[in-house]
Amino acid sequence: MHDHLLSLLIWLPIAAGVVVLLLGERNIAAGRWLSLAASFVALALCVPLWRDFNTHTAAYQFVQKAAWIPRFHAYYALGVDGISMPLVVLTALMTVPVLIAGWQVISKRPAQYYAAFLIMEGLMIGVFSATDALLFYFFWEAMLIPMFLIIGIWGGPRRVYATIKFFLYTFLGSVFMLAALIYMYVKAGSYSISAFQALPLTLTEQRWIFAAFLLAFAVKVPMWPVHTWLPDAHVEAPTGGSVILAAIMLKMGGYGFLRFSLPIVPDACRELDLLVITLSLIAVIYIGFVAIVQQDMKKLIAYSSIAHMGFVTLGAFLVYAIVKATASTQGAGMGMDGAMVQMISHGLISGALFLCVGVLYDRMHTRQIADYGGVINTMPVFAGFMVLFALANTGLPGTSGFVGEFLVILASFKASFWYAALAALTLILGASYTLWLVKRVVFGPVANDHVAKLNDINGREFLILGALALAVLLLGVWPEPLLKIMEPSIQHLVTQAAATKIPV
Amino acid sequence: MNPHLLIAIPLAPLIAAVIAGLAGHRIGRAATHTLTIAGVAIACGLSLYVLKQMYWDGVGTFNGPVYTWLVSDGVHIQVGFLIDRLSVLMMSVVTFVSLCVHVYTIGYMSDDPGYTRFFSYISLFTFAMLMLVMANNFMQLFFGWEAVGMVSYLLIGFWYTRPSAIFANLKAFIVNRVGDFGFILGIAALFSYTHSLSYTTAFAAAPHIAQQTLPVFGGVNALTLACVCLFIGAMGKSAQVPLHVWLPDSMEGPTPISALIHAATMVTAGIFMVARMSPLFEYSNAALSFVLVIGATTAFFMGILGVVNNDIKRVIAYSTLSQLGYMTAALGASAYSAAIFHLMTHAFFKALLFLAAGSVIIGMHHEQDMRKMGGLGKYMPITALTCWIGGLALVATPFFSGFYSKDAIIEAVGLSHRWGSTYAYWCVLFGSFITSLYTFRLLFMTFHGEERFRHAAADRSHAGHEEHAVHVPHESPLVVTLPLIALAIPSLIIGYLTVGKVLYGNYFGSAIMVRPQNDVLAHLAADYHGPLRLALQGFAGWPFLFALAGFGTAWLFFLKRPALADAAAVKFAWLKRILDQKFYFDWFNEQVIARLGRGIGTGLWKAGDQGVIDGALVNGTAASVGWFGGVVRRVQSGYLYSYAFWIVIGLAALLGWFLVHA
Repeated sequence: MHDHLLSLLIWLPIAAGVVVLLLGERNIAAGRWLSLAASFVALALCVPLWRDFNTHTAAYQFVQKAAWIPRFHAYYALGVDGISMPLVVLTALMTVPVLIAGWQVISKRPAQYYAAFLIMEGLMIGVFSATDALLFYFFWEAMLIPMFLIIGIWGGPRRVYATIKFFLYTFLGSVFMLAALIYMYVKAGSYSISAFQALPLTLTEQRWIFAAFLLAFAVKVPMWPVHTWLPDAHVEAPTGGSVILAAIMLKMGGYGFLRFSLPIVPDACRELDLLVITLSLIAVIYIGFVAIVQQDMKKLIAYSSIAHMGFVTLGAFLVYAIVKATASTQGAGMGMDGAMVQMISHGLISGALFLCVGVLYDRMHTRQIADYGGVINTMPVFAGFMVLFALANTGLPGTSGFVGEFLVILASFKASFWYAALAALTLILGASYTLWLVKRVVFGPVANDHVAKLNDINGREFLILGALALAVLLLGVWPEPLLKIMEPSIQHLVTQAAATKIPV
Repeated sequence: MNPHLLIAIPLAPLIAAVIAGLAGHRIGRAATHTLTIAGVAIACGLSLYVLKQMYWDGVGTFNGPVYTWLVSDGVHIQVGFLIDRLSVLMMSVVTFVSLCVHVYTIGYMSDDPGYTRFFSYISLFTFAMLMLVMANNFMQLFFGWEAVGMVSYLLIGFWYTRPSAIFANLKAFIVNRVGDFGFILGIAALFSYTHSLSYTTAFAAAPHIAQQTLPVFGGVNALTLACVCLFIGAMGKSAQVPLHVWLPDSMEGPTPISALIHAATMVTAGIFMVARMSPLFEYSNAALSFVLVIGATTAFFMGILGVVNNDIKRVIAYSTLSQLGYMTAALGASAYSAAIFHLMTHAFFKALLFLAAGSVIIGMHHEQDMRKMGGLGKYMPITALTCWIGGLALVATPFFSGFYSKDAIIEAVGLSHRWGSTYAYWCVLFGSFITSLYTFRLLFMTFHGEERFRHAAADRSHAGHEEHAVHVPHESPLVVTLPLIALAIPSLIIGYLTVGKVLYGNYFGSAIMVRPQNDVLAHLAADYHGPLRLALQGFAGWPFLFALAGFGTAWLFFLKRPALADAAAVKFAWLKRILDQKFYFDWFNEQVIARLGRGIGTGLWKAGDQGVIDGALVNGTAASVGWFGGVVRRVQSGYLYSYAFWIVIGLAALLGWFLVHA
């Protein structure tokens, strides 16, 4: 079964999605339960994935390889290592609350809605587990379609503008990545990512490939200044779309940097690391300031996401500055560990925050902060969750939000005092924008009649927020199980990133 | 020492807090307070037991891990305990005060709908504070550090419908985060040299780090930078100028937490931290000078603000700021033991003063303005008596606990030769006058003189409101007065009993490190001949004479001739304005810093994101607007799929081109 575990994880949700589509809107009750069951089965499949994962090797595990397009030497090749496995689990984990959150809420074409999320789940897991670059690209692009539909069909009033912006940005970025992949295929004679990582490349080649990757991944992360599609997409997307967008899709950018940029073009990364670090610090500070003044809850959390993802790219690219400052790679792994933990943690926390906004939106049909105030008076249980996730978003120790930022700040000090000092500004900025939001929405006297009539969360909402709260706390109190999975792959990546590939 | 026993100390209040928080409304009020009090009582009993073991039975220091938090890049970051005479003293003080406050809360919060939530929070606080104190590594220290701040945030905003409370808690959190910004940089600085987060490694490396230079600001000593950064954290938590602004506002929270968190325990975390880090600070005279000057400034200038405030809790809050300044000044003079000793005596008498103030507030039906009090001593004898004991301890009356600790601080600062010590000495010496002035002002205005609460009622009926009978204050119930008595006893005697051991008897041993050339307390110890002699000498010392002058002034202005105070306020209106504006710190933060922050945010958003990036680059220039507009129109008119189709075709062409050229 282990040989097909990843295939199951990819195709089972997709197949279920197709069945739900075929059942159609008339059999929606069956469709809903089938969707939920499929997402739970996918989550259950993660149990053997986690349990039987060998934490002593950096090699791909659960590998499967079959001919796919022989003409181009493209293989249907799957496998996970310590970098991708946690992301696969995160994807399976976050799909469940999304489906539950839509349970009574989505009334327009619910079967298509469920099918879209299930198909997307499979495609996203495909992105993380493909070890063949063409297969990776296939999933990478295919995944855009369901998200495109989710925003376009179930989105808000400006959804057309948002979908086009989203689609163009991500698609244009990816085209250059495809060109880079094809170029390397021509040189290596294979689409295997491992072959790309072993392929010697001159500095000029590396620079071009680096630029192509940067465009593709920076848009996804997103990094300043190609981030403006995200707030628009979030604002227009339905709750579930926002959750998946923030929790999983942004991670693909970070994953791309770790899987492609650093190991494939290390010399270009060494040369241009300052660019990535500068953009990361701009994300933390510039975007942090912008988040403070947002008046729309979803926009605020979207900007907060960009700022938090700045830690991912910062942590990933610290290796060169550390080597320059200390003549040793010691500490570089900590930066990458921090980047990875930050991705997982941000997936949980931003997902939870978007679900919280969804809970409020379902009741009040507005996302404007000014329309709220004193929600705690009528929704005390909800307020407890919202405050917890907000505190986690500020990086409070004891929650998962702390772990990644802490590791990245520790590592960045080794590279430069200023990197650490600028990154650490997030302590102040993050607290400012998040807790000011909480003050205006959750605390205070009941602001208006609509707030006065609010009902506290129901059992369904309690279940998903409670499960996420548990995960956020568990990861904060004891992150070691996650770190243990990542460590060999991260160490391997440090070696790859610190090496040179320029042919002599 | 038995590690399981140590784990039980923080765990007992944690478990109680979780149960009270999740199921408090189900198990009921009585069960909630019984459970949480039991949790804290267990922690307190075990702490005292460990104290006994360490002090009388000669059990050595315990330093060991509990579990591995994470391993990253070969660095083992563990949750673990360092239990020595410093931490066990803190544990005992924290749990004892917490226990008193738990009991007191039964009375104080009896008619509050958030009763069970409150108990959950204060037990959670006790857990977090214990984790902070017991830590043997910087990660856990930072955890406790921020966790106590988080509970403080929740408790200041406990009455969440009050706009002033939710303003105060946001302010407290953000100001503390400014401190934590420094704190985490200090931790990272040490980490970059030791590649470890354990205290022992950092302490051992201190002399080495002191030799290193960091290439920032034109080259600074690495240890000085690390210590100053750590101390910035302490400035936030222990409310030192200019990060003190949150503490007076924190009085928006219920009084029991003012006593527990914002007087006795959390705000002293910074003091404790610096004392804990003495093996680092000792190697940086520059950092210690910084500490000294900041502490002395806080001690003097914040005390002055206590003289002009009329809110009974805020006066005590300013007093707390000032006393924290004294402790900080002691740290800066390398008199760490004196700082911790003052921390301990202060914990008792300041918690006592706050709880007494709370008792007054209950007696006055939630009135906090001292101008509407007066003459309460007759109606609330136990509160008045215990409050007087606390006040006399605060002004360092010989024989009272505060005398032994504060006198040592003033003397130690006087003996220090560090840069800034002369300034600091005058600050802490004149500070005794100020302390005495605001303390007796508070005691006189509250418990003595005219019964002004009768006017207040009369004013209300004059103003045409419904007829108000005079609320005659009454003494508080036993659950309130009992903790007052329990705290009054140590406020009175603990200094006398322990000064010989804690301050001059090398109680702390290796837990606190002082280099011989910095050891001002050793000079004091040479002149020490028992607590009795010390107290008698105290009557002839300058600090006592200053305190006496403060008493006289307070008596004249606030008891004998209150009209004089009003006349002075008119004559020195400019000074009064500065003091009423609290030296304009709040004004600056709100009008300049906060505005600037929002201005930058709006500017970057409107001009950067919407103007340049979206406007000019994405859909701005005439051509791209037309193109983008065209795309949008096509989509809207149903050409979306043809558009996607063209992209695919383009891709295929690109793919083909590559293949042909390959």
